[in-house]
Amino acid sequence: MNKTAQIIQKKKKTILENWMSNQLSDQALRDDLISNEDLHKQSEELLNGLARAMATGNVDNIYAAEYEPVTEIISDISVTRARQGFSPRETGLYVLSLKQAIADTLEQELAGQHEQLYKEVTLVSRLLDSLSVITFETFIKGREEVILRQSDEISEISTPVIKVWDGILALPIIGTLDSARTQVVMENLLQEIVNTGSNIAILDISGVPAVDSLVAQHLMKTVSATRLMGAECIISGIRAEIAQTIVHLGIDLSNIKTKASLASALQLAFSMNKIEVKSNARNANFGLRR
Amino acid sequence: MERIPILKMGPFLLVTIQVDLYDRLALNLENDLITMVSKTGARGVLIDISAVSIVDSFMGRILGNIASMSRIMDAETVVVGMQPAVAITLVELGLTLQGVHTALDVEKGMDLLHDKIGPDQLQEQDEEEGPDDRTE
Repeated sequence: MNKTAQIIQKKKKTILENWMSNQLSDQALRDDLISNEDLHKQSEELLNGLARAMATGNVDNIYAAEYEPVTEIISDISVTRARQGFSPRETGLYVLSLKQAIADTLEQELAGQHEQLYKEVTLVSRLLDSLSVITFETFIKGREEVILRQSDEISEISTPVIKVWDGILALPIIGTLDSARTQVVMENLLQEIVNTGSNIAILDISGVPAVDSLVAQHLMKTVSATRLMGAECIISGIRAEIAQTIVHLGIDLSNIKTKASLASALQLAFSMNKIEVKSNARNANFGLRR
Repeated sequence: MERIPILKMGPFLLVTIQVDLYDRLALNLENDLITMVSKTGARGVLIDISAVSIVDSFMGRILGNIASMSRIMDAETVVVGMQPAVAITLVELGLTLQGVHTALDVEKGMDLLHDKIGPDQLQEQDEEEGPDDRTE
């Protein structure tokens, strides 16, 4: 067992106190996100793990089996921190402030033995640097998971298939249409056509910010697939600027039924399905006039 | 040799494909179907592919061929019950089956054929069967 490991084991309490006071005095402390007790518990756990790992004699290979508990603890901490909304700086400083605390303790313990002190401090430095790299990796991974989940949620939320009438489905598309979205939209729509036995689908694109040739191609693919299933597709919600871009880009939508508003598309769908919608008010008026 | 049965229903021919089509079978079907059309003078062909879960470009082409051939022989083709995955695959392959009529299920496909052929040709059958079902 080398010197540092002995000192850390012996002076664990002092180091923890130092570390805590370092963290607490730091401006970046987020006591709104984590309570001091929790922080204390977390820190103690990490330090204990580290001391135990160093006691095995391995002090430079952080990827060895002895360090697994430590990396596990640190990954856990960083992932939770990423989810709680800590900034990268705050997460990084958490580990780096431990380095300061250990170095301070070593300095006191090894006063006068400069060579030894230098060696031990570099050793601890290297170890904790690798630890902070792991912290960062997992922190970013945690953040990416959050982003991934959110984009999943967005694509799920934004493609509802609504049954507006017996045999008529409406699909309001909100946001940009890319290949992945088109795939989801298409699958949802086709599945819903099978489930409800509808023969008309209205694709409302009033929520699509821009239509370029790629988006138009995706729309046409959806229309073709719907047609293959045996249902008709109407595209509605075409705004003036979208009509302009479509014509300027030379996209041919002539074999697709298009309508300006969802209302007119619904009207077309009614007439295609031979459904008549009558207003009751007119009869009432007639009654009053007479 | 495995064969897909072709049923005659009045002026229409009904084919339900219950197995996954391999090339040989598809070619035989094309051949048999066209022979049947010419023999019976059918006015419409209805192909039910609701049990088909895998298609390739060849199968898509066969369907297109059947439709074109039937058209020449004055019969309309309706493909019914295509699975969503199959529809997506065909579209991704660029096969939109222009000239083939489609419907959701056999019932709707029959209605469509009745509409396409026109009432005058079906007069005799309708009189036997009672009122026209298109008036619903």
